[in-house]
Amino acid sequence: MIRISINGEAHEISGAATVGELLTLLNVPPANLVVERNGDVVAPGRLAQTPIADGDVIELVRFVGGG
Amino acid sequence: MPAEHGPLVIAGVEFASRLLVGTGKFPDPRVMAAALDASGTQLVTAALRRVDLQNPHDPTLSHLDLTKYRLLPNTSGARDADEAVRLARLARAATGNNWIKLEVTPEPTYLLPDPVETLKAAERLVQDGFVVLPYMNADPILARRLADVGCATVMPLAAPIGSARGLRTRDQIEIIIAQATVPVVVDAGLGLPSHAAEAMEMGADAVLVNTAIAIADDPVQMARAFKLAAEAGVLARLAGAAETTAHARASSPLTGFLRNDTP
Amino acid sequence: MTFADKLRAVDWREIRARQNAATRDQTAAAIRRANPNDLPLLFARAADEFLEEMAARAAALTVRRFGKVVQLYAPLYLSNYCVNDCVYCGFARSRHVVRRRLSVDEALAEADVLWREGFRHILLVSGEAPGAFSVDDLEAVASALAGRFSGIGIEVFPTDIGAYRRLEQVGVDSLTLYQETYDRELYATLHNGPKADFDARLAAMEAGGETGFRTLGVGALLGLANWRDEALALALHGQYLQKRFWRSRVAFSFPRLRPAAGGFAPPQPASDRDLTHMIVALRLAFPDAEIVISTREPAALRDRLAPLGVTRMSAGSKTSVGGYQAESASGDQFAVHDARSPAEVASAIAAAGKEPVWKDFDEGLRREEPPRKLGE
Repeated sequence: MIRISINGEAHEISGAATVGELLTLLNVPPANLVVERNGDVVAPGRLAQTPIADGDVIELVRFVGGG
Repeated sequence: MPAEHGPLVIAGVEFASRLLVGTGKFPDPRVMAAALDASGTQLVTAALRRVDLQNPHDPTLSHLDLTKYRLLPNTSGARDADEAVRLARLARAATGNNWIKLEVTPEPTYLLPDPVETLKAAERLVQDGFVVLPYMNADPILARRLADVGCATVMPLAAPIGSARGLRTRDQIEIIIAQATVPVVVDAGLGLPSHAAEAMEMGADAVLVNTAIAIADDPVQMARAFKLAAEAGVLARLAGAAETTAHARASSPLTGFLRNDTP
Repeated sequence: MTFADKLRAVDWREIRARQNAATRDQTAAAIRRANPNDLPLLFARAADEFLEEMAARAAALTVRRFGKVVQLYAPLYLSNYCVNDCVYCGFARSRHVVRRRLSVDEALAEADVLWREGFRHILLVSGEAPGAFSVDDLEAVASALAGRFSGIGIEVFPTDIGAYRRLEQVGVDSLTLYQETYDRELYATLHNGPKADFDARLAAMEAGGETGFRTLGVGALLGLANWRDEALALALHGQYLQKRFWRSRVAFSFPRLRPAAGGFAPPQPASDRDLTHMIVALRLAFPDAEIVISTREPAALRDRLAPLGVTRMSAGSKTSVGGYQAESASGDQFAVHDARSPAEVASAIAAAGKEPVWKDFDEGLRREEPPRKLGE
């Protein structure tokens, strides 16, 4: 069980050791998605290799309609 | 500067269409896709938002065919330069391209752009290798400053976002166009195709339209109308319309003294 | 892109074709619009019949942009030593004239005469002779005068951005540098010495723009090339500078060369009508540019031209070194055809419905600290 912040809210997560696993757990499709972990952008190809740890600040951002 | 024959060129990239379209406020993604197609656009904008964990499958842009359109992410939501730069970097990571529409709008009622933060962000982003297209109020001096720091275009507003009031800033935009050293894209406030035609007749290099198309009863038809209007405006400019200003008349001849002039 | 590059890329044949093919209606439309694209038609023969209309528009536009003000200035010749041998110039190297340069004190004495006549804007003039009169010398004079005069311009040898920056810091606010003619081949036949470098001369104006001089003065000598081509090239130069150096203002000068006994005969003299046409057309295309008429033009003509777009006039000019203190033996650079005193010129300007102004913008207000004095 680790505690991380996702999009500004605290979450308790178990069963996910990497960013890729976290996305699967949350049911967030990776298309058009940007992941920021502790202020750094996680390259789309490295989601499965990037670990998550207790205290991480994660931002999940995606493109939506806009002008 | 009249619209030149040939394509719109931004940062060395050519676009046949001078109509840029935003992807916000459409009733549904399929209508959006059809409207974009009808508009003939080649450059569409999109925003970055946090994923809603309650609804992670938001399909809004999954219907966007990125082989047909170049995606221009914007930094809408940014209230200062730091936020804008952060959003730009996130966008670059997502798209793999370094084009960014810079929007810094701290005030939520009119969503008018903050000139000071916009200039600051523009300078930082250009230095960081971005191709910056800055949304700005129609301030001719600000346009010069943004061009000086290396922006690829300037994007003066015609009227506040979504207001559909047309070219309220016409006089200022005229000055911006006359002095421009980069393409001028009139963005925001264009409510009717005739507004777009007018902007192009004045000499703008392109127009960006979102709300007027998205909230029309028939967005696909409206997109087509804007396409035709932008083209009409370019053709009119190239055709060289005569001015309709009144002829000034002096009370007595000013050049009568030359009557006996011998070369 | 430099202006030299832009000028090389001009397709004169296409322009002449456009000018020759212009219909009355197209020309009238071009005059009313007066956009940058309309410049060729504004100077074309087809525009000649519209001179009165152009004059009326130019007069009205000038009042709208400048009010009724005409600013007075005086040239102050500091040195007539020159290494160049320009065919048309009274100071050419091979001419036998008494050469003189002023010391700082002598320059101050000359300037004093001008100050007492009312001038607050002066134009420092010199030939090109680094051994006799250098940037340091110019800097010393400018610095000494900066406290007394609101506007100090220089019309001297072209130099580099380092020198321009030094001069700007001691109080010079305006740079004038005539290209003389924009016809490159013709230019080569008229000049030898360092001035023969056509591109370097154009580049110097751009260095001035980078420096940030408030006014950038371009000029051609009318009578060398065909006036219509010259006017168009001059306009293109002004347009380039205006666009690139948007913090500066462009000033146009185009004095006419006159046939002088035993002197240089200008190959294509410009008539009074040509001069008038040039003034009004430039005013229409450049609503905010300064247009300068010097004392090379006769008094009566200057009075008639004053309302048509002119914003700066010299008065009481002496074009010899030390000429204000005494009739100088050093010879005149050119003949002055309006020999009226400054006060008389001011009255004439007023009679023409304009307001003569001696002092415009106060340099002192612009800076945070006073101009750097030499030795500080």
